[in-house]
Amino acid sequence: MSHKYKSQIYVTLRPSVLDPAGVAVESGLKQLGYKGVEGVRIGKYIELTLTAANEAEAKQQLDQMCDRLLANPVIENYCFELTELTVSVE
Amino acid sequence: MKFGIIVFPGSNCDRDVATVTQGLLNAPTRMVWHQETALSDIDTIVIPGGFSYGDYLRCGAIARFSPVIKSIVEHANRGKYVLGICNGFQVLTEVGLLPGALIGNRDLHFICDRVPVRVERTDLPWTQNYTSRQVITLPIAHGEGRYYADEDTIKSLEDNGQVLFRYCSTTGEVNEASNPNGSLDNIAGIVNQPGNVLGMMPHPERASDPMLRATDGKLLFEGLLGVLDAIA
Repeated sequence: MSHKYKSQIYVTLRPSVLDPAGVAVESGLKQLGYKGVEGVRIGKYIELTLTAANEAEAKQQLDQMCDRLLANPVIENYCFELTELTVSVE
Repeated sequence: MKFGIIVFPGSNCDRDVATVTQGLLNAPTRMVWHQETALSDIDTIVIPGGFSYGDYLRCGAIARFSPVIKSIVEHANRGKYVLGICNGFQVLTEVGLLPGALIGNRDLHFICDRVPVRVERTDLPWTQNYTSRQVITLPIAHGEGRYYADEDTIKSLEDNGQVLFRYCSTTGEVNEASNPNGSLDNIAGIVNQPGNVLGMMPHPERASDPMLRATDGKLLFEGLLGVLDAIA
């Protein structure tokens, strides 16, 4: 029996990496009058569906996907959320 | 002595390199499609500039899983030469043959310019035809060329003398004003520890043909040829 999951993956720049695009957006927001804004950082959002035997296997696969391709550990961190969609028999 | 130039979907400096190696230097050169895996006939692999796989996700991230990459890693591990230019440098960092990463330029612009670059070492084949601390002018053309690595990695690169090229002023000063893209330590090009793998953002192949009135890059290819022909 396998399960289908929806995953939402967030890839963010590591805190030590300068994000000039984030700085530019922050100054744009301030120009719009949002004076209280600070610390704008721009990342990536990836969603996918995944079929796996169980949640543990799905998480293990997602970790591998992030480590190998979706994020570059030199400059990025990642986290993901997992939601079961349907249960299919056989 | 033979050059192999890797061609990914989206590579666009592959034929520029061939124009130099084959056209100007008469060195046997063949184009290597990214699906190929037999590279044993090749002495120097060049991963050219361009936008491999559209640079989707991150520059070089998808090229990194091409069939040819495994053979490139084996080639490098045997001590044979690998040159990654621009997108090729980005691919080499994604593969892990070189440390660090190339990220968006400090000022967010795509930079297309000719910039002074200082040669930091001349005891490697790549730079043996230059003089120590020589300031050369090479074209750069990139949006993601800001070299980044964590503090420990930068320290080990510097301690081991792995920085081969650094952005500088026309008189050779290395400072923030002469840093076009915000690269840490003004790094424009690095080698791996043994020195047989070089990644650089500037384009030596675009400064080789006298017709273009810029030939500072040609010495790099000639230096490499000299060493390889001496071995052969």
